[in-house]
Amino acid sequence: MNDMSQMMADVPARSNSLFDVAVRHRAVLASLFLLIFPLIMPFKALAANILIYGLYALGFNLLFGFLGLLSFGHAALFGTGAYFCGIAIVHFGLPWYVAILIGTLGGAGMAAIIGALAIRTRGIYFAMVTMALAQCVYYLFYQAESWTGGENGLRGINVHVIDIFGLKFDFLDPLTRYYVIAAFVILALFALSRILASPFGAVIEAVRENEARARASGYNVLLTRLLTFILSGAFCGLAGALAALHLSIVPIEMLHYETSGMVVMMALLGGMGTFFGPFIGAAVFMLLENLVSLWTVHWQLIVGAVFVACVLFFPAGIWGTILRKIRP
Amino acid sequence: MAGLSLDLIAVQLFAGLALGAIYVLFAIGLSLIFGMLTVVNFAHGAFFMVGAYVGLFVLMMGGNFWLALVVVPLAVGIIGLIVERFLVRPLYGRGIDYPLLLTFGLSYIMVELIRIAFGKTGYPFDTPELLQGAVDIGIGYFPLYRLFVLGAATVVLLVLWLFLEKTSFGLIIRAGARDPQIVRVLGVDASRVWLVVFGIGTGIAGLAGVLAAPLQGVIPEMGSTILAEAFVVTVVGGMGSIGGAVVAGLLVGIVVSMTSLFAPEMAKVSIFALMAIVLLVRPQGFFGRAGLMS
Repeated sequence: MNDMSQMMADVPARSNSLFDVAVRHRAVLASLFLLIFPLIMPFKALAANILIYGLYALGFNLLFGFLGLLSFGHAALFGTGAYFCGIAIVHFGLPWYVAILIGTLGGAGMAAIIGALAIRTRGIYFAMVTMALAQCVYYLFYQAESWTGGENGLRGINVHVIDIFGLKFDFLDPLTRYYVIAAFVILALFALSRILASPFGAVIEAVRENEARARASGYNVLLTRLLTFILSGAFCGLAGALAALHLSIVPIEMLHYETSGMVVMMALLGGMGTFFGPFIGAAVFMLLENLVSLWTVHWQLIVGAVFVACVLFFPAGIWGTILRKIRP
Repeated sequence: MAGLSLDLIAVQLFAGLALGAIYVLFAIGLSLIFGMLTVVNFAHGAFFMVGAYVGLFVLMMGGNFWLALVVVPLAVGIIGLIVERFLVRPLYGRGIDYPLLLTFGLSYIMVELIRIAFGKTGYPFDTPELLQGAVDIGIGYFPLYRLFVLGAATVVLLVLWLFLEKTSFGLIIRAGARDPQIVRVLGVDASRVWLVVFGIGTGIAGLAGVLAAPLQGVIPEMGSTILAEAFVVTVVGGMGSIGGAVVAGLLVGIVVSMTSLFAPEMAKVSIFALMAIVLLVRPQGFFGRAGLMS
């Protein structure tokens, strides 16, 4: 029975079962979810944080879930996006939309540099090299005090009004702020869905499934890896830029090892290799962090234990397990 | 560059060796565990940190440094045995990323447990009285404790070398690192060997932690810094190679020490530049076998 349905699913013809329709319109559905999300969330600032870290986890998952490369240095991409966006505003007085673009490009550029070194290694080395290089980026930003504020973080990213096409939005209002950020995250969701559905997306998964076969089929494995890493960097850079606007400060901790580790936890918790799972993972992680820290400061203990249990017993993650259950 | 005499450089070089000795001890456990179990132990830094805290605990209980040197590797090694047996073992055969992720999550738990037991702020760790002061080593005065660290690391390496080369258990470990399947076919219970290797690797990490404690003090986060540096050592030396860990560990120690003399602002970044160069020129590291990378 199960095998039959598996075979049916492999038939490329457009099927009209509810599940397949949902999969085809995943970006639309995910966007709808984001639009109603603040209405069910009591804390608007936390909702905006979940958006940002959700996007960060989605970008990370493009590399980890779909390409199969485990990076422990994504904080460097996220943090570079945040710092570049912040520096554009604080030191150059550029408008917010240019700053977001610079942050996104910054993330992609940092990914190009780290990627060019790290993809020379494979498998198990990759996690180590990305972690070490991210540590290097941390020290570099830490020491460039006149640009980044060093230990105190980059302060004074004050964007109060978002003006676009003659419309003005009050960025200080939590709900408006949420929807401004959501607009960018929804754009990113559609872009991500498009990338994964494209022929290039198929090559990404081919490289993950069987590198030798992908190479034998004539695909450039190294280039695919580098491009995916750069794309992942662009998404994470955008997330970082949005974080800078949201927080109006870039703390140095954004580049810290724990920020790299956090996104690994989020992606695995939600379900790596699924489209929306990492976002769910980020939401669960941040809700857990907020709820647990209400009664103990040692929330990392609980989060760590949940993560270890996930690795041992639910490697498909929350969303992955749900998908497996409801897949017809 | 005035005032930089040849002697100063020589002393700094020696200081680099002492620093490198800590890296060597740390990286050798990492390498041993990877070579044998193909597990990248992301909790290795946490074991290092726990080692320093167990040492601190021994001192608090009225014990002395020498007792700590005995208790720490045993205690941390036993924690390592428990971790391998109950947490890492169920994950063998489920892909190389899963044990890595597990040990990563474990490091979170260990750091937080230490924070609960000892608080978030760090402690100073006194240099044992016998090892205070400096000694003339011919090229200049050198802190006695650093000399001791160098000596202790040498002893550990010698013992480990004898164990691996001269005992039958060591033979099994070396054979297992080369081809675990054949070892199993020959009727060796590989899981028992893996257990012991994990225990030894983490035990040495704990020892490195207590040796490093008088040099840098103890804080719950001390593990993640050295973990990143040890990865540099491993990449430079070649994963799974013990000789590589020794050479690269000392080299990284010297590079850190030399750049903090000539260009202090570059001291933190220099080793990553070293790693970048090695990756560009020889991605498998000095002694790495190319096959191990995949």
